[in-house]
Amino acid sequence: MKFGVVIFPGSNCDRDCYHVIKEVMKKPVEYIWHKENSVAAFDALILPGGFSYGDYLRTGAIARFSPLMSAVMDFAQAGGLVIGICNGFQILLEAGLLPGAMLRNSSLKFICQPVFLKTQRNDTPFTNKFKSGQVLKIPVAHGEGNYYCDPRTLQKMKDKGQILFSYCSAEGEDTMEYNPNGSLANIAGIMNEKGNVLGMMPHPERCSEEILGGRDGFNIFASMINWLEGVGE
Amino acid sequence: MKEMTYQEMGLLEEEYEQIVGILGRQPNYLELGMFSVMWSEHCGYKNSRPLLKKFPTEGPQVIQGPGENAGVVDIGHGQALVFKIESHNHPSAIEPYQGAATGVGGIVRDIFTMGARPIASLNSLRFGSLDDERVKQLLAGVVAGIGDYGNCLGIPTVGGEVYFNQAYQGNPLVNAMCVGLVNTNEIAYATASEIGSPLMLVGAKTGRDGIHGATFASEELSEASAQKRPSVQVGDPFMEKLLIEACLELIKEDLVAGMQDLGAAGLTSSIAEAASKKERGVKVDVSRVPRREQGMIPYEVMLSESQERMLIVPREGKEGRIAEIFEKWGLDATVIGEVTGDGWFKVYEGEVLAGEVPVAALTEGCPVYAREGLEPSYYKECRDFDLDELPEYDAGEALASLLASPNIASKRWVYSQYDHQVMINSVLVPGEADAAVLRIKGQQKGVAVTTDCNGRMVYLDPYQGGMMAVCEAARNLACVGAKPLALTNCLNFGSPENPHIYWQMQEAIRGMAKAAQKLGAPVVSGNVSLYNETAAGAIFPTPVVGMVGLLKDIEHRCGMALHDEGDMLVLLGPIREELGGSEYLQVCYGLEKGKVPEVDLEQESRLIEMLISLIEARLLKSCHDISEGGLAIALAESAIKGMIGFRVQWDWGVRRKDRILFSEASGRVVVSLDEKDLASLSSLATQYEIEFLELGRVGSDRMIWEEDGIEFVNLAVQDAARIWGEAIECHMK
Repeated sequence: MKFGVVIFPGSNCDRDCYHVIKEVMKKPVEYIWHKENSVAAFDALILPGGFSYGDYLRTGAIARFSPLMSAVMDFAQAGGLVIGICNGFQILLEAGLLPGAMLRNSSLKFICQPVFLKTQRNDTPFTNKFKSGQVLKIPVAHGEGNYYCDPRTLQKMKDKGQILFSYCSAEGEDTMEYNPNGSLANIAGIMNEKGNVLGMMPHPERCSEEILGGRDGFNIFASMINWLEGVGE
Repeated sequence: MKEMTYQEMGLLEEEYEQIVGILGRQPNYLELGMFSVMWSEHCGYKNSRPLLKKFPTEGPQVIQGPGENAGVVDIGHGQALVFKIESHNHPSAIEPYQGAATGVGGIVRDIFTMGARPIASLNSLRFGSLDDERVKQLLAGVVAGIGDYGNCLGIPTVGGEVYFNQAYQGNPLVNAMCVGLVNTNEIAYATASEIGSPLMLVGAKTGRDGIHGATFASEELSEASAQKRPSVQVGDPFMEKLLIEACLELIKEDLVAGMQDLGAAGLTSSIAEAASKKERGVKVDVSRVPRREQGMIPYEVMLSESQERMLIVPREGKEGRIAEIFEKWGLDATVIGEVTGDGWFKVYEGEVLAGEVPVAALTEGCPVYAREGLEPSYYKECRDFDLDELPEYDAGEALASLLASPNIASKRWVYSQYDHQVMINSVLVPGEADAAVLRIKGQQKGVAVTTDCNGRMVYLDPYQGGMMAVCEAARNLACVGAKPLALTNCLNFGSPENPHIYWQMQEAIRGMAKAAQKLGAPVVSGNVSLYNETAAGAIFPTPVVGMVGLLKDIEHRCGMALHDEGDMLVLLGPIREELGGSEYLQVCYGLEKGKVPEVDLEQESRLIEMLISLIEARLLKSCHDISEGGLAIALAESAIKGMIGFRVQWDWGVRRKDRILFSEASGRVVVSLDEKDLASLSSLATQYEIEFLELGRVGSDRMIWEEDGIEFVNLAVQDAARIWGEAIECHMK
């Protein structure tokens, strides 16, 4: 099993994701430069956070045209596991691998703080180590995490169970009060219909070790490994 | 373009005469421009150099002291920290967002120029009163500028300080610090040693922005300053991020002989600095410099302060590999000149010699002014002010007012706009402890960093205030369990031409030097920002201290939050009753007066060692230093952080309560610990000769101070948390 961490110019959580997979999860991992055009050697891909191409034009808008992205899209269509975190999520939206778009935070400010997330399903490649409805504490750090999609898409995502994480209180109450960025339906993370591509604004790699104040992110990566090893299916 | 006279460029008549003497002729416009920026206070330290010599700069841990792009200290295991603090005050006053952003960009370049990967940013900010609309705009702009730039780079902003005072009304301070981690065998220096080596310029294209920025930074702010907005540079953090990654790859492959960032005074300064280290000369062809504007004359190219540019001197034969790496990152590298042996800085435009000056004249040749300081009359007036004439405020009301003071209130509004966790090393983040604590992956040790300075104390007594700034920084590090290693400083003052201001500089530096010496924390880098004045007067003298420290074992660290019901609350250090310079006087009486509480350096040094021992032995559950707001606020903050209350028994007779509650005398901390550890604490206190006093116990959801069964302060922790937590947010709505 091998993870790949994609580096776009301006990615800045690439090293963090690499560290967690290699040193914490103890699994093989390699960086993939955005100009490469194959991901055949990998079993799971991480699109890390950061400011690919300086967020110029729109977040993720230029990275989506990197040579590697067409390989990533083929990989995803073939059912490969892809997780996009923060800017990685924004790139997945721009690439059309996930529905919807990002707006600036409703506060119009960058926001860096821990948030609580409600795990809506635990039968997915990304959440099989959690209990259904489990509340996680994971930090966010973004200026554009205000997720939006049209009402039909939202309804469809609800029907298909594509909303995986929503912002909530420590007790799991998912009202607007606990939403850091104004996202539609408190959305923090969504999957594609097939359930093999996840985009999420919070940073699981920032809370995968006890010394950093919590391990709720660890189980997202552990779930992926579980799934790849065939245990979680 | 209208040509400037030498006076408009900030040169004195005698300096102009000196230049004529050096060249043996009148300088042309380009040469004059080169001299004026290199001889500005910002680049040449012409008013501060004699004073800076007073700082201790050596110690077994020091690998590189002042004189390079940044200081370097050894942290063992073949690793070192590279760090420096720098001001961007004047640009931020005029254009807060870009001014602050490019301040971050500049200091980050200083760090990776040394071969280090930047691992943390800090800042120290001063603004006028937060009731003022312009100040709110400035704060919002500066914080957004720092955040957007640092966040994009992926360097966590882990600490800092923000103060509001009328003294900074028209002249805010924006000081940015960066800390990098480097393997000791990979430290890079700014030298251009081999004759014939090419000079490569890489990064952004050169425009007309920031011309004479260094000169602008060395004069007072006035109405006319707003017209100097073109002197403020515009930042592109994405370009900087590419530069960081590319330059660090060059260092890893050992491809460069010298590397220098382009900061103040642009090409002129970076080339002169690189050449002067080995007494070399250079020749540069400005026509080869990639531009983003047409029709730039050599003067403009050489003085432009366009951001995100680096000068590289390749190792012999490595130009090709260097170009490959830059190409990978989408960067253009251009050879713009070469190192020569004649000691002259020659600027060509194509084949035509546009100007030539001796390198040494630009650098070491900068005139130095040893001025005379004069004690201002306010000093004794403020010091002799009799506080006993003041009526005593109700303690509970005063506590609530102080919690709402923007100087004490939570800075969450600020730091939540900074990514403080990227790089996943941040173990204690803003708001959790007196200093930020970072892990070093794969190592047991940890690093702590802080910035500190109480400008009001320095104003009232520059000598004591200077000592206080150094002591507070060291104490903050000790409060998390770190041993102070070394410091960097940013000396923000008014005009040195005013003898009273020069006296402030002399006295503050004398105090800082003494404390740095005593605490074993030498000065390894720094920056001087003078002429921080408006028509309304000079700022408070504000010599900001940035300090780094080392934790032997990061598992043994301490935060400020109270934890468990029944824990003992203990004051380490003496009960003191001096209110001079306190936030209490300012908030409750509108006074900025009084005798500054004297610093006891011997005691401070022992306290710091004791705290490190206590935390290494895991005896403390919380530790928080006493500074703004005194003992009462230190306890309140620890309670708010832990969301648990306390009960303190008043045991000091009929003395004025406000003096004991709100004194900001240094050398004191409040700790909490399990009762069973009290005996160990007591024996360590005896060993280190530190006074200690049991104050009371942790528990309940209220902060209670009582005397003979009567509660004279009784405040719900939740209410205090709300007042303290929302104060700045309310101002900014």
